[in-house]
Amino acid sequence: MEFCGGHTHAILRYGIRQLVPKTVEMRSGPGCPVCVTATADLDKAIALAHLPDVIITTFGDMIRVPGSYSSLQKAKAEGADVRIVYSTIDAVEIAQANPKKSVIFVGIGFETTAPTIAASILKAQQDKIKNFYVLSLNKLTPPVMKALLDSGKIKLDGIVCPGHVSVIIGSHPYEFIPRDHRVACVISGFEPLDILLCIDKLVEQIEKSEPKVEIAYPRGVKPEGNKKALQLMEDVFEIGEANWRGIGIVPQSGLTIREKYERFNADKAFSVSLKPPREPKGCRCGDIIRGAAMPLECKLFRKVCTPESPVGPCMVSSEGACAAYYQYGTLENSQVT
Amino acid sequence: MDDSILLAHGSGGKLSHELVEKQFLPFLANPALNKLDDSAIFEASGRLAFTTDGYVVNPIFFPGGDIGKLAVCGTVNDLAMNGAKPQYLSLSAIIEEGFPLSELAKIVKSIKKAADEAEVNIIAGDTKVVNRGQADKLFITTSGVGIIPPGVDISGANARAGDKVLLSGTIGDHGIAVMSQREGLRFSMALDSDCAPLNKLVAQMLEASSNIHCLRDPTRGGLATTLNELARQSKVGIVVDEAKIPVKEEVKAACELLGLDPLYVANEGKLVAIADPADADKILTQMKKNSYGRDAAIIGEVTTEHPGKVVMKTKLGPSRIVDMLSGELLPRIC
Repeated sequence: MEFCGGHTHAILRYGIRQLVPKTVEMRSGPGCPVCVTATADLDKAIALAHLPDVIITTFGDMIRVPGSYSSLQKAKAEGADVRIVYSTIDAVEIAQANPKKSVIFVGIGFETTAPTIAASILKAQQDKIKNFYVLSLNKLTPPVMKALLDSGKIKLDGIVCPGHVSVIIGSHPYEFIPRDHRVACVISGFEPLDILLCIDKLVEQIEKSEPKVEIAYPRGVKPEGNKKALQLMEDVFEIGEANWRGIGIVPQSGLTIREKYERFNADKAFSVSLKPPREPKGCRCGDIIRGAAMPLECKLFRKVCTPESPVGPCMVSSEGACAAYYQYGTLENSQVT
Repeated sequence: MDDSILLAHGSGGKLSHELVEKQFLPFLANPALNKLDDSAIFEASGRLAFTTDGYVVNPIFFPGGDIGKLAVCGTVNDLAMNGAKPQYLSLSAIIEEGFPLSELAKIVKSIKKAADEAEVNIIAGDTKVVNRGQADKLFITTSGVGIIPPGVDISGANARAGDKVLLSGTIGDHGIAVMSQREGLRFSMALDSDCAPLNKLVAQMLEASSNIHCLRDPTRGGLATTLNELARQSKVGIVVDEAKIPVKEEVKAACELLGLDPLYVANEGKLVAIADPADADKILTQMKKNSYGRDAAIIGEVTTEHPGKVVMKTKLGPSRIVDMLSGELLPRIC
């Protein structure tokens, strides 16, 4: 399984699925920040957007994901102030420029975005910005891998471990996987040769029955990770449970803002009432995120659900598995039936 | 403080006249424009091509160009892509209140320079000023008229099975150069936009061969979108070879960093040509003689298979579909 959506895209973009022997089956994992955001959390972000004098800031794809009843994009069209930012620091600057508004950054992503979100909170603290808040939906990679493997529902032989996440956390946090689950782990970069090298190493480990954690992306990843980034995360966040689409509540898999930075915590500063979340009918994003189904097995794929009118998040996000299969399909699977 | 555009510059009164007479006329002067009549008059005969386009690029100054150069080159290129020789342009500017006159002067000079290079005259124009916030600094719309030489028949619907697909140079330069300057995403790199008038390159290609069937400039949506448009319009399949598509190292690196595919990144000085296979090498040789076609390459061919679809042989060997761009080009999150 390739954990990361960036890997799914590279694998399809370069035709790697067709290149590897039929005995190697690649499954997409939950590594798409937009996709794993629970519908309930998305509903909360949309409700926050409708509060008076609130500006919602978030990363691009988030605004198009359908929630239970609406989307941030629809909220924007209805008059809510929703803005796309490329960096968390932009959100802090928007807060600075709009002192009479409350600026909430909807923080999604894994260990890659968490240090930058931590840095934005520290910047707001340092610059004494009182109208900046973070709705922390950040998630952690190794705990959800553990949850998937513990569930026993999907039998994996090897994991293409995420490249950018591993730049931050290093290779040590994956060591429980070969030790406790006998599953091979290789960290990969995103270039086609990186991925082929990674698959080669995985196959070798599996054939020798010697699962371990290897780094096939040494130009980016050190075993100990990026200590400065980890320190930033540690300072601002504590580990708590997180709600994953398709997987549910996973203990110890999310990041909550520590008490000393509580005044930046949107969950504490605002309260919204929410109707119970509902999933779009027929959408199999949950199964796809778990690796339990392939995009082509979803009945909505390419018929009802397209990048132009997505039903679920995996078709919205540029890191989503369905978007990758849609955009980079082969002639055989691109026919509308 | 810099002098800047006031709402009164759009009032139609004295300041409006001053704006035209001081900021535009001295640079763009030509007999048809100088008359300042309500419309420009010109002689023309034969088949004419006519096009219009609006330019709202952000930021308005970017490495290798600005909104003025873009507004001239874009319309000149749209005419050239039908084989027309561009002759006359109109130019309408919507200016946001408070826009610095010094920046406007820079842009008008750049319009003049691009028009001179393309050998077109701007013979009609208009300016409007809107309240602060109602436009983003400056919007420009240009329309253009060109003459199609006898015997030239170029259309997106003319591709035939067996034809070769030619590309005039590296892809993604414009999109990445602009993105590198965009608010919130600024990164420094030595890369200029490829923004350029291609009418002379096209004229030289047409001299080399009368069997060029399609021409199109892969602007927004990139090469992938243009190839799809041509495949659909001509009801043919197109097969391209990824290894043959030239991409600059800087663009590759920026795309890897941002999680973008250069196939979908905009160009403003490139063209795709589809031509009879017997003439392809001749056209390629001619293209390489022009500085805007220096890196030209034959990147693929037209087939009767999979009509309406573009298939690419990837660098590693397997083939996959190349779809049109859907949605916006956004950097990855993780």
